[in-house]
Amino acid sequence: MRVLGIPGSVRQDSHNRKLLRAAAAALPSGVELELWERLAALPHFDEDLEAGPAPDSVQQMRDAIAAADAVLIATPEYNAGIPGVLKNALDWASRPFAAHPLRDKPVAVVGASTGLFGAVWAQAEVRRVAAHIGADVVERELPLGLADGAFDAGGALSDPAQAEALAAVLDELVGRVRERVAETA
Amino acid sequence: MATATEPLSGTYAVDAVHSSFGFAVKYMGVTTFKGTLDDVDATLTVGPDGASLEGAANVESISIRTPEQFRQHVLGDDFFAADAHPQVTFRSDSVELADDGTATVVGQLTIRDVAKTVTATGTWSPEAELFGSRKAALAISTVIDRTDYGLDWNADLPTGGKALANDVTLTIELTLLAQGAGQEA
Repeated sequence: MRVLGIPGSVRQDSHNRKLLRAAAAALPSGVELELWERLAALPHFDEDLEAGPAPDSVQQMRDAIAAADAVLIATPEYNAGIPGVLKNALDWASRPFAAHPLRDKPVAVVGASTGLFGAVWAQAEVRRVAAHIGADVVERELPLGLADGAFDAGGALSDPAQAEALAAVLDELVGRVRERVAETA
Repeated sequence: MATATEPLSGTYAVDAVHSSFGFAVKYMGVTTFKGTLDDVDATLTVGPDGASLEGAANVESISIRTPEQFRQHVLGDDFFAADAHPQVTFRSDSVELADDGTATVVGQLTIRDVAKTVTATGTWSPEAELFGSRKAALAISTVIDRTDYGLDWNADLPTGGKALANDVTLTIELTLLAQGAGQEA
């Protein structure tokens, strides 16, 4: 099973990228997490660009989503909302609307911020947008606040309760994929 | 209540290194955030007519240093409005230092120019010789409603409830240095 991890921040030292790495290490055996970190390479969504073939970065993202069994998005929060680069990626990923790669795809959302509230509002917004697009959205959240001190030297979450909460999100995401496999078997 | 002012007498100033004004507030329903105002000044005066306590803490000395946006939010108008109200102050109406080591301090706590009567309880320690000076201690605590003082910020959590509790536990820990004037008493 393959989970595509998309950090909603393009910053080199992004806490959300770290959170995805912690998630990768916490996934059950047999489940791999692949990071897709090219949000900055996507052009601004523009219907005019849809007239021709999709821009390379867009096609690459759509292919990566299509090839994955599930998607895990780790979002920061800017001004109590979803980062522009991430919304842009979701807008590109949602086209063409009837047959885009996120349709029915299991999606979970986690988030880290350096403030107290762990991007809880951005996570809710990403879940809302992903559900609107037609993804199969896990309703659990993981608000990882005070992210500057949240990871240990090995990159794992230092707070056992937060590690457990992350594991619960991953369990549910992986469970969604397994249900599908069971249904089609 | 029997009080014992005998072991403390005269004027005491705080030992700034070992004194703090702490606060603790629940956020996201279950987690507690703790911080301190480290720059505390206070004077305890114990005379024949009883004791009195006056003190102030500088808001700028708040232990939230980073991230910048978090600090600015807490120092800004949603919370302390530190530019206009740089200090939190306290002036006692009564100080009871009981024989059993308990302390009850009633007085006016002023935050953002709002003065309200609070009752703080805790413990006190009689004078002891330490590193060549005479020290005593007072540790008291109370719970206030931050919205009484105009620290009103809040937000609805996406999954219900409020981001930040209104009740704030204040914990004042003072190490008190006997001043020269009181030593003959």
